[in-house]
Amino acid sequence: MTSNGIRDKVAIVGMGCTRFGERWDAGVDDMLIESSTAAVDSAGLKLGDVDAFWLGTMGSGVSGLTLSRPLKLGYKPVSRLENMCATGSDAFRNAAYAVASGAFDAVMAIGVEKLKDSGYSGLVVSTPAGDGTAPPLTAPAMFSLLDPAYRAKYGVSEQDMREVLTRIAWKNHRNGALNPRAQFRKEIAPETITQATKIAGNLGVFDCSGVADGSAAAILVRAEDAYKYTDKPLFLKAVSLVAGPGRGPLDPSYDYTSFDEVTWSARQAYQQAGITDPRAEIAMAEVHDCFTPTELVLMEDLGFSQRGSGWKDVLSGAFDRDGELPVNPDGGLKSFGHPIGASGLRMLFECWLQLRGEAGERQIATVASGRTKALTQNLGGQPGACVSFVSIVGSELDPGA
Amino acid sequence: MNSLIGYAAYVPAGRLARQAITQALGFGGGGGTRAVAAYDEDSTTLAVEAARRALNQYDYTPTGIWLATTTPPYLDKTNATAVHAALNLGPDVAAADVIGSVRSGLAAVEAAAALGGMAVLTDLRDGVPGSNEEATAGDGAVALLFGNDEEAIAVRLASSTSTGEFLDRWRVPGERHSQVWEERFGEIAYAEHVTSAWHRALEAAGLTAGDLDHVVVTGLHTRGTAHAVRSLGIDPATLVPNRIDSVGNTGTSHWALMFADALDRARPQEIIAVVTLSDGCHVQLWRVTADIGRGRAALPVQDTISSGSRHVDYPRFLSWRGYLARESPRRPEPERPAAPPSRRMAGWKYGFNASADESGFVHMPPARVSLHTGSIDAMTPVSMAGRQGRIATFTVDRLAYSMSPPVVAAVIDFEGGGRFPCELTDVDAESLAIGDTVEMTFRRLYSQGGVHNYFWKARPVAAETAKGGAQR
Repeated sequence: MTSNGIRDKVAIVGMGCTRFGERWDAGVDDMLIESSTAAVDSAGLKLGDVDAFWLGTMGSGVSGLTLSRPLKLGYKPVSRLENMCATGSDAFRNAAYAVASGAFDAVMAIGVEKLKDSGYSGLVVSTPAGDGTAPPLTAPAMFSLLDPAYRAKYGVSEQDMREVLTRIAWKNHRNGALNPRAQFRKEIAPETITQATKIAGNLGVFDCSGVADGSAAAILVRAEDAYKYTDKPLFLKAVSLVAGPGRGPLDPSYDYTSFDEVTWSARQAYQQAGITDPRAEIAMAEVHDCFTPTELVLMEDLGFSQRGSGWKDVLSGAFDRDGELPVNPDGGLKSFGHPIGASGLRMLFECWLQLRGEAGERQIATVASGRTKALTQNLGGQPGACVSFVSIVGSELDPGA
Repeated sequence: MNSLIGYAAYVPAGRLARQAITQALGFGGGGGTRAVAAYDEDSTTLAVEAARRALNQYDYTPTGIWLATTTPPYLDKTNATAVHAALNLGPDVAAADVIGSVRSGLAAVEAAAALGGMAVLTDLRDGVPGSNEEATAGDGAVALLFGNDEEAIAVRLASSTSTGEFLDRWRVPGERHSQVWEERFGEIAYAEHVTSAWHRALEAAGLTAGDLDHVVVTGLHTRGTAHAVRSLGIDPATLVPNRIDSVGNTGTSHWALMFADALDRARPQEIIAVVTLSDGCHVQLWRVTADIGRGRAALPVQDTISSGSRHVDYPRFLSWRGYLARESPRRPEPERPAAPPSRRMAGWKYGFNASADESGFVHMPPARVSLHTGSIDAMTPVSMAGRQGRIATFTVDRLAYSMSPPVVAAVIDFEGGGRFPCELTDVDAESLAIGDTVEMTFRRLYSQGGVHNYFWKARPVAAETAKGGAQR
């Protein structure tokens, strides 16, 4: 398939992100105002300077009015879109293409989700009227299927696997502890993680991402205009989104140890960005750690680890904040929280801070050592039937690109 | 059309020890166990299970289904149609309910005997916690197949009824429990009907009590039944055990369960008498044919009873029966299944039929576009209900809504192709492993908005024969 990409044609020149978590203090409107204001401020713009808007939300509102009404936008194009947990990323992707097309000078991608007001545990997704035969599993249960399958395929003992999953949760909580916007700002002892009450399969409460409220936004302009707005823009190197045919729950050859959709989207993104050895070339990755086994499998699907050895790399600390390739230095979905429509843009927000050297206490060393690119990976759905998004951003224009 | 050509019984796997009732309440209960339908079983799913067992064994396509129960999941809407759909029968096969009392089961059999087809007798019986009714009741279903004399395993020599109007037991529609009049009254009221029906049946068949080899005497009236046994001059050696000790009285299906038990052991030319007390008395006399040897149920009643090894504790029993409300997960309740998609997908939802593309790749649920070839509408239907599968991976979902948490689910890879992730039932999550063999069973997933959501679940194949499996 053709995926020509828009390498170095679009730049991010401003971003904003609210605190994520139980925002009993704020409604959807409040959070949209907060993130959009921060984003235009950081680009030195007024809201009226933005030509068009892409709003991502899974269920916190319908239509462009969800944004235009609270912000009192004056007759501007506003698209509202949904792509499950990759919603925020897809809002960003569509906004980027609009800029690349030349249709607009400055656009906003913004994501929001208000999950906590429902009063339910976990994520609640409304489904169309059906025949009642869809498996009733919750998200943690669907992703917990990865654990026994991975162990069986690679001969990993239950105890070793527990250590791997605990390590991922421990790392992301540790990173989130340094993040003032994160939902959970506390380091969690490995024993606490390991001994937590089980939610689904072998997944305890600390293996699951935080159900949160939050919003994040980005201002995009054409790359050649970037320095008009900021000294430190991020250039979009690659952007890819694929929706799978739903093979996993259908095809006995799918073994629940990989996400085909992630492999596809990563391959396209690396090709667009000209990356051949991601583990050595990129400074950091923000990945979709909705549940701890997801992050493990993603390390292999994104090519950071060889198949079957991701678990060893996790245990060796390769993906720790001070490791070879920091993964989720902001705490990830695990401790930053996962307001669905906002999460993809939140991932980009961490790239924005880290590549610009503005991440404070959690600033990663790989940037100082000269790496200029960061990756975000965002997925929605379940193992074997999902949508996956991968983007690569960089702080420099590539020569000759 | 008067002949029996096959039969099958289903007693659900759950067992409640009556001592557990005594211990919990300080009264009631007693000795032995009663059979307990699982939280996802009702009289319709019990009927499907019994009917599937029968149709799996016998080369038989019923011309009709006559479903009898005192505990129908629906009124106004026919329950037999769900059984019909789960058995993948054609629209030309009749299906009707005979609902109300134990007598309804006899009417279903009379209809099947006269018109042909299959009578399915099914009940989940209940009582107020601590009552004798609760302890002595049981759950179970029996399918009886009627057809041509050439294939008969038993022929009916006589059938006679004595009808009486008197208050023995009754239940106003909408109420959960029967009320019963003082037992001594019923004992006397029944006696004349028992004598009348008994003698007329024997006379019609030209037999005497001494000619009988197996005698079934049952009814929900315990004293009346005991009186009948004493008064009819029956050789105690011929009495078919009533299974109250292990199963309990399964109401509409109970006489058929005992009849099936007798058929399991009967030899050619032996005579089986069936005496059923319900608003009078009904007596049937059957002669077993030479074909009984090849026509016996593949799973004898004794085996379906002794396979019931899933211990159900009393709080769980009360919760399953709706007497004990339990805290549910902080999750939304499931959606009521919608009528139009349920109808469009009836072959899947009820029949568990998948579709296979031109390469044979199986799609579950059935699809129009092939995953492998991309061809559109090149599918042929495939029946999956009878296929076993293996667990590819599995989980225990402690967050999902369930009538009996937690939800245990697995990705099942079916023999001959096809994969489907679905709920497991009658399962011990702790003993599950990748590669375990499962089979499909028709269950009620949940009820919402007055709609019962029927679909299929997988259960471990070994579950029915495993011993001492703990229920949690």
